[in-house]
Amino acid sequence: MTQNNKLFSAAVIGAISLTLSGMTQAQEATADKRVALSNNYAGNSWRQVMLQSFEETAEQATNDGVIDAADAYTTSENQATEQAAQIQNLILQGYDAIIIDAASPTALNGAVQEACDAGVTVVSFDGIVTAPCAWRIAVDFEAMGHQQVDYLASRLPDGGNLLEIRGLAGTSVDEQIHAGIQRGVETHDAFRISGSVHGDWAQEVAQKGVAGLLPSLPEIAGVVTQGGDGYGTAQAFDAAGRDMPIIVLGNRQDELQWWQEQHAKDGYETLSMSIAPGVASLAFWVTQQILAGEEVPKDLTVPFLKVTQDTLESVLEETPRGSVANTVYTLDDAQSVIASADNG
Amino acid sequence: MTLFSRYRILLPIASLALLLAVTFYVQPRTMSYFGLNLLFNLAVPIALATIAQMLIIMVNDIDLGIGAFVSLAACVAATFLEQSPLIGAMIMAALILSYALMGAMIHALALPAIVVTLGMSFVWGGLALFLLPSPGGTSPAWLRAIMTVKPPLMPMALVAACLIAGVTHWLIARAGIGTVLRGVGGNADAVRRAGWSLVRLKALAYGLAGLFGVLAGMALVGLTTSADANIALRYTLLSIAGVILGGGEFTGGKVSPAGAVIGALTLALAASFLSFMRLSPDWQIGAQGAILIAVLAARLLFNGRDGARR
Repeated sequence: MTQNNKLFSAAVIGAISLTLSGMTQAQEATADKRVALSNNYAGNSWRQVMLQSFEETAEQATNDGVIDAADAYTTSENQATEQAAQIQNLILQGYDAIIIDAASPTALNGAVQEACDAGVTVVSFDGIVTAPCAWRIAVDFEAMGHQQVDYLASRLPDGGNLLEIRGLAGTSVDEQIHAGIQRGVETHDAFRISGSVHGDWAQEVAQKGVAGLLPSLPEIAGVVTQGGDGYGTAQAFDAAGRDMPIIVLGNRQDELQWWQEQHAKDGYETLSMSIAPGVASLAFWVTQQILAGEEVPKDLTVPFLKVTQDTLESVLEETPRGSVANTVYTLDDAQSVIASADNG
Repeated sequence: MTLFSRYRILLPIASLALLLAVTFYVQPRTMSYFGLNLLFNLAVPIALATIAQMLIIMVNDIDLGIGAFVSLAACVAATFLEQSPLIGAMIMAALILSYALMGAMIHALALPAIVVTLGMSFVWGGLALFLLPSPGGTSPAWLRAIMTVKPPLMPMALVAACLIAGVTHWLIARAGIGTVLRGVGGNADAVRRAGWSLVRLKALAYGLAGLFGVLAGMALVGLTTSADANIALRYTLLSIAGVILGGGEFTGGKVSPAGAVIGALTLALAASFLSFMRLSPDWQIGAQGAILIAVLAARLLFNGRDGARR
């Protein structure tokens, strides 16, 4: 949490000014290295901000001479086989490192292995790959699910019925958040999940799904979500004329905006959390550290970004319309993430 | 009659050669054993799926479920085939059989294949999700070994492409049963009057398609080392494009197995080429479509001239 607050104030102050304490030797070591980002999908606000964060960080680093080039590639159809081909193309283009936001944690392993065999450094983040030769910057999605139920338990000591909005079926993120929520419900046994629906991390899908399910549900006290689905859920409850439950949100601007409006109206309070798209900049700096020859553990964890009633105003001000709450990471952040993984 | 219209296969070969030459020019690193393999190894499962699609198109049908079917086969290969090979092989056989049954049903009940295969795609997808609710599984070691073998002289991807083209060319163009199967697409009534059972022939065509679909799934798992339920969904459209690009036509049993393999390679190469050109992803689908249309337009130009003269 202190880590989050620190990152937050950094973001609020002015984010991407990379006031690094001079050029260290480690940075010069990577001056002739070329890095590519292989991204599987660009069709939602989170990914758009992620690409923007990467490009801003990469441009700054290239101008500062930290790195020779850092280019972003996105596949057009969000398919694992297409991304595998893309990674193989990037190997052929002679990049020194490939940073991956993967369409599948396992289906790219063949291509990742080809890259490692060719001497290319592979770093995956957000959508990680399981190939042992790659680095992983992962989010503890299970904890994210569990903490949602923890929060609801602190607000509703008597428990009640929960509605679970799930993500895209067949993806590992969906499985992990779901598993975390299940464990949370086991811990706080006053709660029970009385319905679940796939929202595919999209407001309109969630709205349609919830609207279809609502008539068959008892009174709902809380809604656990996966991000990108909270606003649609709220709309469905509103349209059905039901009492608004506590909906845990996922940092999208429309969700935060709605929260602010509700709070102004009747003092509605909730919690919002998600992984900051700026994690792409963290992946960039971690990759730079690996290329510079630093000893970096293969598994790193990023903290997620939480928005509470206290921080809502300031975050919402920082977040453009249709976007996601963000924070951009610096080299120092990358080093502290690496150090904390070393100690753990 | 021009050279191109007499030999249907020449245009696909010319397109591939041209694209390959430009790719070599843009990215010289691809001009090596290692480079060619990286460029084409993921085209091997696409080529197998394209052959499957070609077998269906050959009998005047179209298969909108092949992508989901290949995904399911991949999931089976990464789970059952690895853990208990016997059960895995039996499931694969059952999958092929169900494809044959689907073909028989489409013919016997006079159902539109486009609807049945689309409907079945959800069944395949559901079964795949049931097997692998989240991505995972492991490729059987022997499968991985086959797909990463390094034969002398030519990389695995090209050897496999030649092998697939050779075997299917023999099956469709040389073997007797292949001629009858093409006849089903050309003139089904004539084949029926000659004493063949159309239901059985359709079941055979679909069964063969199922076999190549299963092979595509296995080849894919050998390359990726594991599977997920959505892994090959885009193969549906790629395979149709590959068949047409390779000189096939939607009606009349006019297909070319070697052409279909070349079509699949061309599609894979087109995507790589666009990536080497650093084209923005927003434009890539469009550019890929433009390459497709350019090849088809070239074919129409040559064939059309021929048709007018006849």
